[in-house]
Amino acid sequence: MAETKSMGPQEDLNNVLVQLAKILPPRIIDDLRNRLSNMEITKEQLANLTRILVNEYYKMLIDPGEAIGIVTAQSVGEPSTQMILRSFHFAGLREFSMALGLPRMIELVDARRKPSIPMMMIYLDEEHRKDPNKAQEVAYKVQLTTIENVTKSVEIDYINSQIIIEIDKNELNQRGLSMEDVRKVVERIKGKGARVEIEDNVIRVTLEEADIIKLRRVRDKIMQTRLAGIKNVKKSLVRYSERDGEWIIETEGTNLEAVLTIDGVDYRRTISNDIHEVAEVLGVEAARTVIMRELKKVLDQQGLDTDLRHLMLVSDVMTWTGKVRQVGRHGVVSEKESPLARAAFEVTVKNLVEASIKGEFENFRGVVESVLAGKYIPIGTGIVQLLMEFE
Amino acid sequence: MSAGGRRRKTEERFKRVLEHEYMPKAEVIPKEEVKEILKQLNAKMFQLPWIRSSDPLARAIGARPGNVIRIIRKSDTAGEFITYRFVVPG
Repeated sequence: MAETKSMGPQEDLNNVLVQLAKILPPRIIDDLRNRLSNMEITKEQLANLTRILVNEYYKMLIDPGEAIGIVTAQSVGEPSTQMILRSFHFAGLREFSMALGLPRMIELVDARRKPSIPMMMIYLDEEHRKDPNKAQEVAYKVQLTTIENVTKSVEIDYINSQIIIEIDKNELNQRGLSMEDVRKVVERIKGKGARVEIEDNVIRVTLEEADIIKLRRVRDKIMQTRLAGIKNVKKSLVRYSERDGEWIIETEGTNLEAVLTIDGVDYRRTISNDIHEVAEVLGVEAARTVIMRELKKVLDQQGLDTDLRHLMLVSDVMTWTGKVRQVGRHGVVSEKESPLARAAFEVTVKNLVEASIKGEFENFRGVVESVLAGKYIPIGTGIVQLLMEFE
Repeated sequence: MSAGGRRRKTEERFKRVLEHEYMPKAEVIPKEEVKEILKQLNAKMFQLPWIRSSDPLARAIGARPGNVIRIIRKSDTAGEFITYRFVVPG
């Protein structure tokens, strides 16, 4: 084949790759291109290679009628028997709890309203991600700061009906706040007829009507007032991420919507572990990704190796209707077409009664109801139906 | 004035949301093409996965109930994956 060598193998390869891209996923094409880029290969070899590749690819595809749901249930269920049952531990120096193991897994597939430990991973923009001090600045902007957090001591002077708050200036400066900020907040909530005096770092709130209960109530109210930060974000921790090679912020408590508008935050990558919140802010497709990643994370932490495709199936099913629904009685199963399949799962009597009131019809198209009735199940070879031609 | 400010802030947030890494690329498919795709998949329209018309992704591309949208996801296994969703009201 003297001719083929003169044709320019690179051009040839590109042509073949374009053709292959119609059949094979981009990942395989990229892989192939990388491997072949520094290799001399003849046209004949290339043709052979593509034939084998396409052949192998089709061999790996799931056959029609394969019970992928059952395989997924087994592949997720078996490793979960080896996971820890305790719901959290304290990791690192600054007590930071995180949900893991089986309880977290159950939480995810049950699509609970709130995760037991809601968390956010906040990535920072280029200016802030390299320097821990700058990252800390953003962290203080995110973390909820109440007046209590910056107070050294509080006293109540019952004789003069005064509340005396001593502010910790170091703490205040660290969080990028000033006495003026504190004064404004106190002025706003002090109530009628009260006077606010500021003397260096001491705030005196004088109330007109001397009443012990009222004094205490006002004190508590002042202490719990928000000075800075975002609602629901209880704790923030600046951490160096080895994987990304940059400083990131982890928070306890989530409020994705508010965090995305904070300056210094990389709003492209910041993410929460609350799937309902993500579904609301970023949509179902993002929620699908989060469910998948969170499940994978739990399994990885436990040192278990489950193929990602199984988790994809779980998250696909959970987001099928455009909303996040649980795998269970109130979600996926409740929307099954067959009344018998629903009754076979949980709360049998209620399901049967309701189905009969509505006059539902049983088509025996699914697996569960076919087993109940002793029919062949529509899986594997059972999915094939024959039509006979009578002469 | 403050209402306008709030609206601007919401718009700004919406713009940011659309740039998020977890937001896939998407487009509304014209009616004629939908038929071809459904034939190829051997499925009826409602058998596709759904997406609510109130979903940020659907709103961003102006999808209305009854449309079918094409979603180009980043996939950890395939690199890129094309999927379809049927837009439902809600």
